[in-house]
Amino acid sequence: MSAVISISGLTKTYAGGHHALEDVSLDIERGEIFALLGPNGAGKTTLISIVCGIVRPTAGTVLVDGHDIVRDYRQARATIGLVPQELVTEAFETVFAAARFSRGLFGRPPDDAYLERVLRDLSLWDRRGDIMMTLSGGMKRRVMIAKALSHEPRILFLDEPTAGVDVELRRDMWALVRRLRDSGVTIILTTHYIDEAEEMADRIGVINHGRLIVVEEKLRLMRKLGKRQLTLTLQDPLAALPQELGEWPLALKANGHELELTFDAALEQTGIPALLRRLEQLGINYRDLNTRESSLEEIFVSLVSERGPGRA
Amino acid sequence: MSGMAFNRHGAWAIYRFEMARFLRTLLQSVLTPVITTALFVVVFGAAIGSRMAEVGGVSYGAFIVPGLIMLSLFTESISNASFGIHFPKFTGTIYEILSAPVSPFEIVAGYVGAAATKSVLLGLVILATAAFFVPVTILHPFWMMAFMLLTAVTFSLFGFIVGIWAKNWEQMQLIPMLIVTPLTFLGGAFYSIDMLPGAWRTVTLFNPVVYLISGFRWSFYGKSDVAVGLSLAMTLVFLVLCLAAVAWIFRTGWRLKH
Repeated sequence: MSAVISISGLTKTYAGGHHALEDVSLDIERGEIFALLGPNGAGKTTLISIVCGIVRPTAGTVLVDGHDIVRDYRQARATIGLVPQELVTEAFETVFAAARFSRGLFGRPPDDAYLERVLRDLSLWDRRGDIMMTLSGGMKRRVMIAKALSHEPRILFLDEPTAGVDVELRRDMWALVRRLRDSGVTIILTTHYIDEAEEMADRIGVINHGRLIVVEEKLRLMRKLGKRQLTLTLQDPLAALPQELGEWPLALKANGHELELTFDAALEQTGIPALLRRLEQLGINYRDLNTRESSLEEIFVSLVSERGPGRA
Repeated sequence: MSGMAFNRHGAWAIYRFEMARFLRTLLQSVLTPVITTALFVVVFGAAIGSRMAEVGGVSYGAFIVPGLIMLSLFTESISNASFGIHFPKFTGTIYEILSAPVSPFEIVAGYVGAAATKSVLLGLVILATAAFFVPVTILHPFWMMAFMLLTAVTFSLFGFIVGIWAKNWEQMQLIPMLIVTPLTFLGGAFYSIDMLPGAWRTVTLFNPVVYLISGFRWSFYGKSDVAVGLSLAMTLVFLVLCLAAVAWIFRTGWRLKH
């Protein structure tokens, strides 16, 4: 795979002095789904806005398909579709006119057959003659996606695409994103819903206080930074941890009824067989046992809180 | 630059979008200025004008027609172009324009082109309306159209700047109300500046609108307050100033991009 977007040393300081991005470098691979995670105000939207040409960078360069976003802005922008976070539409236009406008704006000749396919894909075809201001929030969100897809972009930015949409639309959108990826479109999405990233993304970047703190393949990230836990439900409660179990990182939970072992998901040797043998030797019996892995959400929360603000 | 040299589809999309807005509101867009003009012509031209002397051999009713058309050109151009660019800024849909592969020239061609088209069309409708009430002659039709187009483009550019500058709808109304209408009324729309006392005549010459109206009126009746060449030159100067301001806005991203 080759980088379709190459960001290096990207810095943005707003007029008011707010440092939104600090020296961000990132390569987005062609054809991947990349999820950008970060708390509110972390710099996700600023990063996207710079790549799309809405915000000017203070320093650094961005290449889109080899084209500099400032010098060769036409070529760079022609390949990008953007669905911004805010729900904004041309209030008095019809759905179809809005999609047609977007296609023209991005320099493509009219192709109503293609637009029909896009609108059908988004269940908007029956509403094509509706005036935008009469649509519900979910429908407007669909129109914004249709507009972003109207010029057949090879790269699609989705800034919080499922914020405030119902479950059905969310599922629809996930399916659409997968179909687009299968057709070779690179997708960069920001989201608050970590499960969305967990479900969709090939790679994950975590941004906080304007700095990119982690970029990793999703599975590797979960393996590397994730924790696993083994919980043993004991037959008889223990008052305290016996000294003989001192070599394992154990914790006594549920008033002595549960024994919990936490270990790195990445470890080859978990020490579980030895622990179970030792318990047998000590005559500590258990009724049940289960293991669980930490979710991406837990990893995200620990990453963001661990690294805290870069600077005070 | 390789690839698209001129994104004609982009400029056309903006132009069509703006014209569609005009057609949607055709009735109020056309009816209001037509009624206003008809009132002006009937009241000033027919009722009061019949008791007034001719101005340079032209009946007063006919004399004020070029000024009335100019007044509409100014206000319509400014309001159309400023609304056109201010509305997407206000609603947030400007993100799409800013992220599209369109150059500043194509954006301006779309918005200003549409605004100028509308005001020229309105100008012609007003001319036809006025000709219905008073005898209007056009000695230099080519120059009449040239002045009309130049003025429409120039004031649409000015309106575009106002639309980007304005932070809210109130500010949008400010420039036409506070500057353009007074300058037009004091710019010889309803009188020849020869009618003014000496000192005021000199003051009036600092009003750029005097040159626009004078040149335009010359294309109708062959008579002008100032030399026609000077009128044309002043119109072009204002056009160049507006172009420079627009170029600066796009170079710096002023009130468009952070």
